[in-house]
Amino acid sequence: MGYMSKSILEIHEALKNGEVTSEELVKEAIQKSHEVNEKCNAFVTILDDVKGSKVTDDLLSGIPYGVKDNYSTKGVLSTGSSNTLKDYVPFFNATAIENLTNRGAVMVNKTVLDEFGMGGTGTTGHTGIVKNPWDTSKMCAGSSAGSAAAVAAGVYPYATGSDTGDSIRKPAAYCGIVGYKPTYGMISRYGLFPFASSLDHCGALTRSVEDAAIAVDGMKGIDLNDMTSWDSKDINLFESLNDDVKGKKLCYVKEICDIANYPDASDELKKHLANFMKMVDKCRELGMEVEEVSVDQKLLEAQPSVYVVISCAEATSNMSNLTGFIFGPRSEGDTWEEEMVNYRTKGFSPLIKRRFVIGSYVLQAENKDRYFHNAQRVRRLLVDRWNELFKKYDAVILPVGSGPAKPLEGSSDMLDKQTQILEDHLQIGNFGGFPSITIPDGFVNGLPVALNITGKCYDDVNVLNIAYALEKNMDYKNQIAKEVQ
Amino acid sequence: MKYKVMVGLEMHCEISETNTKVFSGAANLYTDKPNVNIRPVDMAFPGTLPVVNKEAVRKALMASMILNCRQPEYLYFERKNYYYPDLPKGFQITQETKPAPIGIYGKLKFECDGEAKEVRINNLHLEEDAASSDHMARTSKINYNRAGVPLLELVTEPDIRSADEAVAFLETMRSIYQYAGISEADSKKGQIRCDVNVSLMEEDKDETNPENWGTKIEIKNVNSFGGVRDAINYEIERQTALKESGEYEKMEQQTRRWDEESGTTIFMRSKVDAIDYKYFVEPNIPKIKLSSEWLEQIRKEIPRLANERKETYINEYGISNYDATILVKEKLVADFYEEAISLGADPKSASNWITTNLLGSLNKLELTITDITLTPEMLASLIKLVENKEISSKQAKEVFADCLTSGKTPKEVVKEKGMVQMSDTTEIVRIANEVLDENPDVIEQYKKGRTNVVDFLVGQIMKKTRGTANPTIARSTMALEIEKR
Repeated sequence: MGYMSKSILEIHEALKNGEVTSEELVKEAIQKSHEVNEKCNAFVTILDDVKGSKVTDDLLSGIPYGVKDNYSTKGVLSTGSSNTLKDYVPFFNATAIENLTNRGAVMVNKTVLDEFGMGGTGTTGHTGIVKNPWDTSKMCAGSSAGSAAAVAAGVYPYATGSDTGDSIRKPAAYCGIVGYKPTYGMISRYGLFPFASSLDHCGALTRSVEDAAIAVDGMKGIDLNDMTSWDSKDINLFESLNDDVKGKKLCYVKEICDIANYPDASDELKKHLANFMKMVDKCRELGMEVEEVSVDQKLLEAQPSVYVVISCAEATSNMSNLTGFIFGPRSEGDTWEEEMVNYRTKGFSPLIKRRFVIGSYVLQAENKDRYFHNAQRVRRLLVDRWNELFKKYDAVILPVGSGPAKPLEGSSDMLDKQTQILEDHLQIGNFGGFPSITIPDGFVNGLPVALNITGKCYDDVNVLNIAYALEKNMDYKNQIAKEVQ
Repeated sequence: MKYKVMVGLEMHCEISETNTKVFSGAANLYTDKPNVNIRPVDMAFPGTLPVVNKEAVRKALMASMILNCRQPEYLYFERKNYYYPDLPKGFQITQETKPAPIGIYGKLKFECDGEAKEVRINNLHLEEDAASSDHMARTSKINYNRAGVPLLELVTEPDIRSADEAVAFLETMRSIYQYAGISEADSKKGQIRCDVNVSLMEEDKDETNPENWGTKIEIKNVNSFGGVRDAINYEIERQTALKESGEYEKMEQQTRRWDEESGTTIFMRSKVDAIDYKYFVEPNIPKIKLSSEWLEQIRKEIPRLANERKETYINEYGISNYDATILVKEKLVADFYEEAISLGADPKSASNWITTNLLGSLNKLELTITDITLTPEMLASLIKLVENKEISSKQAKEVFADCLTSGKTPKEVVKEKGMVQMSDTTEIVRIANEVLDENPDVIEQYKKGRTNVVDFLVGQIMKKTRGTANPTIARSTMALEIEKR
């Protein structure tokens, strides 16, 4: 048993005590990277030659971590898991990575994602399908699939992720780990390859709430290069952790959690929701009040379409810089139009092209009001409704997805209509920029399932504390994927 | 049948007087060296984000105020999406009439051939310039220096009635941009570009009713004021011929291109092929509240513009309207003039020197005022030399010509050329008496009534002083001294 399956605090202590060196940790992480890549195909790049770093009082110093491949990393291939950037080596670091580097954190690999984060299966990256370390016939979900697989498999204690719909929080659930997306703008997006700018968040995947707090502390901070970032220097997430949650008020949404909403519920779904309700009881045991609230079904039903419209519209525009002229493998052609068209036609996967078509369609002058503007209106309504809940409750607690990891075989990005709201409700956290954390809350058929806690903007400390207290009273903290047969 | 010409203008002017670009930290500096003023965001490297330049906004707001436009409460930017190699992001960050550009619904008074005119401004918006491209036979070169340079686009109502009026309006705008310190507004540097709308309507119809307006023909990319004049005149002629032949009504709304070489406009596309730019609000720039305090402060900081200065020159300095008009035509010339005055130069003399000698020389030598070494201080000193009768005005012209480009001060030139007039009266009195003492016979002749011998005696003073004595002083002194004998 090495160090990479331990918590950040344990590893830090071992480094400080001289039990182990940063160099040895890096060696272990690289070796594990190769093993996990063999099994799960989680990495685009493994940095075999990377050196350890100086150990300081910073909790992250000397410790290896992974970076989702849609973060710009100086001198290191950054592909966004797309053929359009398969040879792109940036000359600057994303601000979040720069912040971690300045703390002495050591990047050891770049992890696979769904192409440019536009997918929820972990199967659309240009290097192939990412497999779930708990069961390689299952998906990791996406888009931070490689990061989730690596952290769950014990390659390192944390990896960066990005989350536009649920891209940190869903794969964390499928891999039995913690996925945390802080308030919009707490971590600078400078250097994160954009998918949908108004929804994109940076965040971390870890094996405990404590590590999530430490990792995000290391990534966050106001950035002159990102006008949507804000100053959080007075917030220290790790030092604010406190499991005293007595008197906190939570709510869950009836229309999402009530099994009666799903007449054709699978056995997995029944178990998942029943388990969730047990966790709700656990919250009450811890002294929290939990109430059931009702949200207009129509509003909830509109939510997945709202996400599709807004995210596709922004994505179409955001990815217009991909022409092959300035970066990326340039295509042949007799005219610039031909070169551009060839590059984009060959480079993007069909799934992405489908989203571009949707994005263009909803922005066309004759469609814009009906689709794009209406989607923005509904987004506002949903955010307003959630903010209304936050006036009365400290956080909303909800189950993640409709059960454990889905099989890779026969998987598609098209989701089951009936359970769509269960699968997609985490996107509301992106609509509002809310702090949102997913933690494992049990097992269904031997595979991990999870719940999510979402709070109001800038209330990250509260959200983390609720998760921290709950995690302490469950058995899934720091769990490493054990292959189930 | 006579027709009324209706011209509307879209004037693009780069804001050249900011340190950095409008959404990027790269220098906003005109240079012949390609691709040196670039930050990653100017080439749209993945993950880069726009950051609004406050100074560019301040200058744009100032222009908005000068144009009597309304300023918005909140500042928004929009994406205008289209593909072109000189547009690295695949969209331009600009502003739309909705929600609110930097200025809306203003008006500007200007003069054309001594006649007062007024044009309504539909809107003024702040946007970024594209890169510039150079098309060769087989390849094209792109220069990203210009990408992201702040650009003000001003859109007028079709209130202009002739090519001359259009040019007079543009010259007024150029003067405003220069005087307000917003832009050099130099079309040689490509800082000004215009689109021109021209249509004809029956002269006797009511122009306030848009139904009576003719078909709008837009002429793109006219890059000089001369071009604007020629393009409008060409289009009036072309459209009049269509009216006469009865084809005008069949003509569809269209976009044409001004071809400088042939002096004609060429069909580009009809309205049905108009590009759908799929505008939407730029999500990376949060909406910015413009405080009334800031707006008030900007209003106070509007510098004195050409008209205001002209009034001062006429009313306070007694300069003719003609000369005052010449003095304010170029801001740098007016600044030169005012500085010379502030350094003690007589306003009328300074005006004469500038309007005749200075501008005449610049014109003859094909120089601009920034090319010369003569400073306002030197002009003031030159004027003083003449006033104090240290040199004659004829000598002064010689000194001026030398100082223009030599880098020498007038005093240096005067000394070098031995031009200094001896104006020290006591010294001249001494020399005069010396001459008289040496020529008792001449005194005798004088006393006999031959007053013209004074000329001889003055000549002797000049000889003794090697020509440096002020001749007027020498003459008056001699006349006095000889009387004393």
